[in-house]
Amino acid sequence: MAEFKPANSAYEWFDQRLGIDKFLKVMMTEYWIPKNINFLWAMGVLLSVMFTILVVSGIFLLMYYKPDVNMAFDSVNYTIMQEVGYGWLFRHIHAVGASIVFLVIYIHMFTGIYYGSYKKGREIIWISGMLLFVLFSAEGFSGYMLPWGQMSYWAAYVITEIFGGIPLIGGDLVVWIRGNFYVSDSTLTRFFMLHVLLVPLAIIGAIVLHFYALRFPHVNNEAGEFFDFDKEAQKYLAGDKKSSKVVPFWPVFLSKDFFVLGFFLLFFFYLVFFHYDFAMDPVNFDKADGLKTPAHIYPEWYFLWSYEVLRGFFFEIAGISGKALGLMAFAVAQGVFFVLPWLDRSPMVKPANQRPYFKYWFWLLVVDMIVLTVYGKLPPTGANAWVGFASSMTFLLLFVTLPFITRAEAKKVGGK
Amino acid sequence: MKEFKILAIIVALVGITYYGIEPYAHHVMHPEVKAADFTFGDLKNVDTSLAGNIDNGKALVEANCIACHSIEKAGHPQIMSNADAAAAYGVVPPDLSSSGRIYDKNYLANFIFDPVSAMHLSHKYPVGGAKAFSMPAYNWMKPQEIMDVVAYLQSIAPKVAGKDAHKETFADACGRCHSMGYAKFEATTSKEAIKTYMGASAPDLSQHIKSRKEHFLHSFINDPQLLLAGTSMPRVGLSEKAQEEVIAYMEEVGDSKKAERESVGLWVMLYTFVFAILAYLWKRKIWSGLH
Ligand code: HEC
Ligand code: HEC
Ligand code: HEM
Repeated sequence: MAEFKPANSAYEWFDQRLGIDKFLKVMMTEYWIPKNINFLWAMGVLLSVMFTILVVSGIFLLMYYKPDVNMAFDSVNYTIMQEVGYGWLFRHIHAVGASIVFLVIYIHMFTGIYYGSYKKGREIIWISGMLLFVLFSAEGFSGYMLPWGQMSYWAAYVITEIFGGIPLIGGDLVVWIRGNFYVSDSTLTRFFMLHVLLVPLAIIGAIVLHFYALRFPHVNNEAGEFFDFDKEAQKYLAGDKKSSKVVPFWPVFLSKDFFVLGFFLLFFFYLVFFHYDFAMDPVNFDKADGLKTPAHIYPEWYFLWSYEVLRGFFFEIAGISGKALGLMAFAVAQGVFFVLPWLDRSPMVKPANQRPYFKYWFWLLVVDMIVLTVYGKLPPTGANAWVGFASSMTFLLLFVTLPFITRAEAKKVGGK
Repeated sequence: MKEFKILAIIVALVGITYYGIEPYAHHVMHPEVKAADFTFGDLKNVDTSLAGNIDNGKALVEANCIACHSIEKAGHPQIMSNADAAAAYGVVPPDLSSSGRIYDKNYLANFIFDPVSAMHLSHKYPVGGAKAFSMPAYNWMKPQEIMDVVAYLQSIAPKVAGKDAHKETFADACGRCHSMGYAKFEATTSKEAIKTYMGASAPDLSQHIKSRKEHFLHSFINDPQLLLAGTSMPRVGLSEKAQEEVIAYMEEVGDSKKAERESVGLWVMLYTFVFAILAYLWKRKIWSGLH
């Protein structure tokens, strides 16, 4: 048993019992981050803040929302939006936040890809990040159903229907997911449960894992340089802050993040108050009606690229139906980013633009994902369908060829 | 400088994507239609330059119209209950007190002359078809007589303004078919009766300011056929001002927090801006000793 001396102050009393000093050192003042980073390294903190904002605004919404097909629409659009004081504010923050968080996630992910921050010891950071992406997708999808508008209903219908394409178990699986033969009250209540309980819990767990995974390999830097963190930290602590390659998480790293956060929030609030249609689709202000199919059904923007990979295959190839091909391509698209660390066979950890072959791959991927996103929204008719096919094929081919491209690159740079 | 370059690239990529999935996709899915025409220039059966005689108009209205229509403001109350009126005519005929104010003059004259063509419902009630429209055509009246009726209706229309006008115009122009649940306004004709009469249900309009938006409503109310070809919703013939009143009412009910949203929005952004500046100064102070 440790020996406890009488405490001289409240702080000391707690410190004796909780080790506050030590804890703050480990987590904040002596948690070392490279100095050579740009504002893209603030995205993680932005995501943490956005997640907090979503949880808080969600709790407020939860106080008035009613998960019932007869009441959900009005509880959102009348009770919350018009009756409850500042209910509209929480809804706008929640809906716009849920959309913008994906913008930040994509920037964060592509930063990771650009700087090669997913390999040489950073594989678990990457995988836990991808896990967060999947969980956020589940959170976004389940949340979009809750207002029970036309797009809630029909996007849920179309997306759950996708699982019906899986051989043998497809039909049963769809019924199992929906809790009924069609999208109905039981679908709404189970997605409500997922949205407010199970998925957020899993997200919190995945965030903890993600942060923990950052501790040992350490955060990457703008040059992709590997150095001895302990030595650099000693330098910093000894007062040689100028030549040390690291800075402490608090206050140095966070001071920069707060600055980025400030301007990001300015943009965010502009969207919340003055430009929210992209996140709160007008069609969803029509109450769900299972007998009235909207002219155009599309998922939220952040799902469009994978939705287009699904739609891109619209004709039979080698006796396999377009639907089955689309489903296979879709399944690949969902999983392929997870294995990126193993598809990239080059040992280089450098910004993409300094890698002889990878740079072409990276920018082609960015362009292709934008094309997929845009055509995922447009009606898939005429030439659009062929653009969809070509960009879906490009997407798949990019990942098929990545090992070869990066192996050639490794040879060229001589294993460095 | 480098950070600005990175920012510029991200802004460009996000901007292109946004343009593709929002303005461009919207433009593809909802092509522009012909501009709204508040002169109702396609209607030419009645010479509207004739000056109407109010007294003669009064006599004509009392002889022809009040069998079906109430005119509360002129002392002609409704003679049947809503349910009976709906059963007799298919839909409850609107009260005509405000007709002279809310309908465009040219539309109103031509509507009285021939309701079906004015409402753009010839696809449902073809000339010589089996089904007759619920209101008879007064094409036997002389143009002068029709203009007398119009002059009379204009003379009795009460002068209202502001929110009262918004609500009254909605009730008189749309209220026989559409409810506005969020304002506890119920259509005079029951849902089932409308369905039987029109072959389609008239939706509750509480949220249409959000789901359709002002731009769509501006064209749609002026001529539903342009945007929903073959629909049974009639062209109602509102003057531009009356249509703006209807849309204002839809906004007051469907987006009642708009003013609050916009004023709170400015304050929040101002506050965030101050935060961002302070954060920048703090960051500069902390990083100044590091390079
Ligand atoms: C047989 C009954 C009947 C008579 C007589 C009648 N109406 Fe109507 N009127 C109706 C009905 C029913 C409607 C609603 C029709 C609908 O919306 O489909 C209507 C609608 C109207 C409207 C609304 C038009 C619009 O664009 O929404 C006006 C104005 C009107 N009537 C004026 C008159 C005038 C003026 C007369 C006399 C000259 C008259 N009505 C005689 C039954 C009648
Ligand atoms: C005589 C009955 C009638 C009157 C009067 C009427 N409507 Fe309608 N309205 C309908 C019906 C029926 C529909 C459904 C049409 C359909 O589904 O094709 C409809 C549909 C609509 C829609 C939905 C269109 C869409 O995109 O689905 C709007 C908006 C609308 N009406 C607005 C109005 C307004 C505003 C007025 C008054 C200025 C009005 N209506 C007057 C019968 C009416
Ligand atoms: C959605 C919730 C997420 C949160 C809260 C979060 C948070 C963070 C934080 C705080 C950091 C450290 C600082 C930084 O580089 O930004 C980080 C790093 C990282 N994250 Fe995430 N992240 C999330 C999602 C993702 C996703 C979806 C991916 C991609 C699959 C991802 C991949 C990475 C990688 C590779 C790093 C290391 C970056 C480097 O070493 O330079 N994260 N994350």
